[in-house]
Amino acid sequence: MKKSLFWNVLFYVFVVFIVLQAVFPFYYAVITSFKSGTDLFNISYWPRSFTLGNYTQVLFGGNGTFINNLWNSVWISTLTVVVALFIGTTAAYALARIKFRGRGLMLMTILAVSMFPQIAVLAGLFETVNKLGINGTGWSLVFAYTIFTLPFTVWVLTTFMRELPIEMEEAAIVDGASPWVIVTKIFLPLMWPALVTTGLLAFIAAWNEYLFALTFTAGNPNARTVPVGIALLSGSDSHEIPWGLIMAASVIVTLPLIGLVLIFQRKIIAGLTAGSVKG
Amino acid sequence: MANISIKNVTKAFGAVQVIKGVDLEIRQGEFMVFVGPSGCGKSTMLRLIAGLEDITSGTISFDDKVVNALSPSNRGIAMVFQSYALYPHMTVYDNMAFGIKLAGSTKEEIDKHVRGAAEMLQITPYLTRLPKQLSGGQRQRVAIGRAIVRNPKVFLFDEPLSNLDAALRVATRLEIAKLHHSMGKTTMVYVTHDQVEAMTLADRICVLKDGLIEQVGTPLELYETPKNIFVASFIGSPKMNLLNGKFAAPYKAQTIGVRSEHMEFVSKGGWTGKVIHAERMGSDTYSFIDVGLAEPIIVRETGTSRHGVDANVNIAPLKDSVHRFDAVGKTL
Repeated sequence: MKKSLFWNVLFYVFVVFIVLQAVFPFYYAVITSFKSGTDLFNISYWPRSFTLGNYTQVLFGGNGTFINNLWNSVWISTLTVVVALFIGTTAAYALARIKFRGRGLMLMTILAVSMFPQIAVLAGLFETVNKLGINGTGWSLVFAYTIFTLPFTVWVLTTFMRELPIEMEEAAIVDGASPWVIVTKIFLPLMWPALVTTGLLAFIAAWNEYLFALTFTAGNPNARTVPVGIALLSGSDSHEIPWGLIMAASVIVTLPLIGLVLIFQRKIIAGLTAGSVKG
Repeated sequence: MANISIKNVTKAFGAVQVIKGVDLEIRQGEFMVFVGPSGCGKSTMLRLIAGLEDITSGTISFDDKVVNALSPSNRGIAMVFQSYALYPHMTVYDNMAFGIKLAGSTKEEIDKHVRGAAEMLQITPYLTRLPKQLSGGQRQRVAIGRAIVRNPKVFLFDEPLSNLDAALRVATRLEIAKLHHSMGKTTMVYVTHDQVEAMTLADRICVLKDGLIEQVGTPLELYETPKNIFVASFIGSPKMNLLNGKFAAPYKAQTIGVRSEHMEFVSKGGWTGKVIHAERMGSDTYSFIDVGLAEPIIVRETGTSRHGVDANVNIAPLKDSVHRFDAVGKTL
């Protein structure tokens, strides 16, 4: 008994430790965002003062730059998800269901692409984007993010599609369905859990991306996304780092992600139980 | 509503030859059953007829029209799969309507066909349900219904009863037999590994082994005049008794076969042996007699048996009911 109590306590100590180290940075950002003035530089772990000043200034100060950044992030991330899921689903059908020479090699190549660090392909992508004439626009980011999201999307969707019973597809073929009809009418409705999961991760990746966003929008402040916008927030003079504003902006940027996860978490669970194909 | 003509068809998956040259005529309105042990190529044959697999060589024609290159839907076939293969996100109604909807039928036509088929299979109350809300037997009916709605020329079944429990299997078997009667002109091809299903449903049975046809004929032809040992022992339950050596010599054959109901207990003479087990089924008793061969001889008696375990008995085959086979297993 004594031993089990000891292990129980140790277990919860460990749990508390993990939760703390995971949540603390965000917690600190939240309480800092409500501070103002010199209070910012007093280190404290409990909220002592409360002001929404940082938030109003971020949202409505600076000629609406931040709102513009937010809007850029929204449409770029959303479009990235749509394009990646469309290409991912159609590619997954080919890779999972159509036999062709070099299929395995192709899958491995797709996986290998995602092993390169961003910085390795930055120069090449920059050239491509320049040639396409979309440098300095949001389209360049959609382009880059799609490329970086696709390997993961394709792999997850391919794996998921392989699990769908072959006989179901054959029944559809006998019913006269074309590959396009099979994908859209039969597979897509069954793939909700996988689509939501991959879509969500793609969205988060695009939403938080910094390096490409910084590089491709260097010449055009209007095309900046939120992570770049936050990093370039400036205080009243060049020596002051506006921590309060930065934290408020960070919190605002995180809220949509939390919202999305909460909404789709239910979808994921619902999808997993309703999608039971066998039985 | 089609004669199916299969001429010298082969199928290879890579280097593996699965179908090794099959010739077969399936007549319009016929119920043809492909039967054989697993791996004999019976399911592959069905899939070749369906068009789900391409033929390596040879031709398949429906009513003299070669269909080798036609897609399944253009061949006018419908298929019922072992795992039902219903679309899990669609209601029963939508499952059944999917095919004719794709074919471009009007709403009224679709409704008429779906409701007609549902009526026939008594699944009308379930039309708004999802497949997961149905039992296995109901799902298989929906799968059959989906096939009926397409009004096919050829109806294909791929082991449709294998996933059902024993009682449901018998009931659904009857259901399929009734379906065949009511769709008189529709050609049906049915694959099973269960010879009882084959015997009860078929107009003609095609016994396959290792990608080749062993024999084609009506159930009774196969039962009474099997062409070789394989067909003789595959068709009929319990398995035909096979004897060789000194038992076969008086009949001038390498091996002889006698069905259990053609064996009888005699007071003297015949073959002597010892009863090792008796299965009392009520209507019949199957006695297993050890006569010194690897397998015991099975003797069927109607009613109960007076021979207990360990009794020494004499048994003999009935006159004119001995099948004789030569050294390669062909019937003499």
